[in-house]
Amino acid sequence: MKKHLMLALVLCILIAGCTDTKSHSTGVYMLMDTSGTYAVELKKAQKILNYLLGVLAPGDTLAVARIDTGSFSEKDIVAKITFDDRPSTANNQKRAFMQQIDTFVNSVEESPYTDISGGILQAIEYLNEAGSGKKYILIFSDLKEELAKGYQRDIPLQLKDFNIIALNVTKLRGDNIDPKEYMTRVEDWRAKVEKGGGRWGMINDLERLDNIFTH
Amino acid sequence: MTFANMLHITASPALSVLIWIVLFLAALYFARRPFHRAIMSFSKIIYNAMRFTAASVLSAEKRLAKRNREVVMAAGLQNAERILEREFDRIGAAVTRDLEGYPNVHRQLSELITKLDEDYLSSADVPPSLPNWMPIIESIASIKHTGDSMVANMLAEINRSLTQQNKKAIEDYRNSTAARHAILNKMMPFWRKIEKSLDSIAKSINNIKKRSKTVDRYLDEYEKIRSESDKAARALSTSALTQFAIAGLVLLIAIGGAIINFNLIALPMSEMVGGASYIGPYKTSDVAGLVIILVELTMGLFLMESLRITRLFPIIGAMDDKMRHRMIAITFTLLAILAGVESALAFMRDRIAHDMEALRQTLAGVEQTGLTSSMIPTVGQMVMGFILPFALAFVAIPLESFVSSSRTVLGGLVAWLLRMLAFLLRLLGNVGFYAGRFIVNVYDLIIFPALWLEGLLRGSKSKKVGAPEMEMPEDSPLVEESVANYEETLKLKEQQE
Repeated sequence: MKKHLMLALVLCILIAGCTDTKSHSTGVYMLMDTSGTYAVELKKAQKILNYLLGVLAPGDTLAVARIDTGSFSEKDIVAKITFDDRPSTANNQKRAFMQQIDTFVNSVEESPYTDISGGILQAIEYLNEAGSGKKYILIFSDLKEELAKGYQRDIPLQLKDFNIIALNVTKLRGDNIDPKEYMTRVEDWRAKVEKGGGRWGMINDLERLDNIFTH
Repeated sequence: MTFANMLHITASPALSVLIWIVLFLAALYFARRPFHRAIMSFSKIIYNAMRFTAASVLSAEKRLAKRNREVVMAAGLQNAERILEREFDRIGAAVTRDLEGYPNVHRQLSELITKLDEDYLSSADVPPSLPNWMPIIESIASIKHTGDSMVANMLAEINRSLTQQNKKAIEDYRNSTAARHAILNKMMPFWRKIEKSLDSIAKSINNIKKRSKTVDRYLDEYEKIRSESDKAARALSTSALTQFAIAGLVLLIAIGGAIINFNLIALPMSEMVGGASYIGPYKTSDVAGLVIILVELTMGLFLMESLRITRLFPIIGAMDDKMRHRMIAITFTLLAILAGVESALAFMRDRIAHDMEALRQTLAGVEQTGLTSSMIPTVGQMVMGFILPFALAFVAIPLESFVSSSRTVLGGLVAWLLRMLAFLLRLLGNVGFYAGRFIVNVYDLIIFPALWLEGLLRGSKSKKVGAPEMEMPEDSPLVEESVANYEETLKLKEQQE
């Protein structure tokens, strides 16, 4: 009887250990602002992406999308990939991804409007589908949203388990005259993200990119 | 009624306070005896409880110490038996090796001696002597001739024959001596052979004598352990402690080796089993790497058991030799295969690391100048991957020492802790007892005006009665007696056990 109990206990432990359904992969969706005032900063975004390619592991997901007039669209996804389980294949995929981004940065066209909310909605949809355990949306933008006439973006964001990190939030000319504008802009986004259940972060110093995954 | 109102029981606050103090002291005075009894009883309860508990703990400590001693002795006996067994095996092997060929040596010696005997006899042959007629011829030759030519001729002829015969005899003698010398020369190698054989026998006998002295020494030690003397117990405990420390240190080194080994194979394992799958919170590739190392350790353990170097699994040691040899072959082959696999994984690791470094440099936008194309690191990693499993196989030896000595060391540690606990309990009991007396004295100090008044009123008579504290025995003989009885009972029980 004792033996049977022990066996059952060992089996239970093994089953509990093997049936870990929690995903351990990381999903990163990077939004790149291509509006007129910000398009010049895209070379920096490329550096950030190179950093991400260096740190992401096999099985992780990475997607890059641009922010333009209407960003809630699959067409705005510049490149996307889920890295192979094998490190050697994943390395080759990373090289190909880097080439794709290089081509995009060299041929990008400026956008007249900046639909950040649409991009975030697209990112949520993509990362939820990818089923990543840890989800990061990186917004490479000055966070100034400008919507074209007729676009509705007053939808509450569902950001539970998401980390939203704003990168390289540059100060606009108006911000220098009245810094309150900049602070209000950042604060509005923080409130919007936290209201949606997400965690907000901001990194302006690109030397501290290792802080992305500590959020 | 507030506290302020209570102070104003008379018009004067000072008088009110004084009345309250008097009342308070009176109350304390009348409650003095019950208070003293209560405090003394309480302190005695603490004292007794602690003493009883300490006695129980000490009894447990004694039982544990006894058990520890038994374990130490058993381990020492087992070890001594193992050493003796090994020495007997060696003696057996030496006797088999050296004296197995003795009949052959004996036969050779007999043959050589026979041959020597024959040679000796042949060398002892007397050389042929001169013919018997020689004295006659000599006497004839000495006759004086008178000038007769015929006699002269005859004598000359006799002289010539005699000289010739003498020459021939000398020649024969020389030849015979040379032949004997040749025979004696031939005897020399036989003498040397005999000397060599005798040296070999002497060496074997010396070797056996030396080993028998070692056996005698081990037998003496064995006898000492069997007699369970305190000296032997102390020596064995010290030995166990040393073993524990050394084995622990070696195990730590082995753990370091295992970690390096793990790092060598964890990355390439992700190439084989995938780097994104998990078992629980751990990467499958990490678990797979760990499993390989653990399997290597297990194989090493079985190999050492099969070689009878360790005795963690008596069932393996008790197997018949044929089965044991098979097991040695199987475990060694598996270990060699795993070492080969590790070597291949180390090679793969080097390739992956090289590729990753190249990618990082590309991503950083720097030229790939730092990457070396030398094969030395690759070969180094492969060699390390091959050697480490065999090195880890030897972990079984310190592991056995650690396991066997840890029982003694932990037993000793627990016994020490129990002794410390008993000491603390006794200390607490005494502190509790004397704290009660201290409280009683402080109580009396507070009510000293009342006591002083009592003394005045009673006068010299009260002095005869004595102070109330005299009524309270400082150390109850009953308590001491009961504790002593309890300890004696425990001792008796131990003796009975």
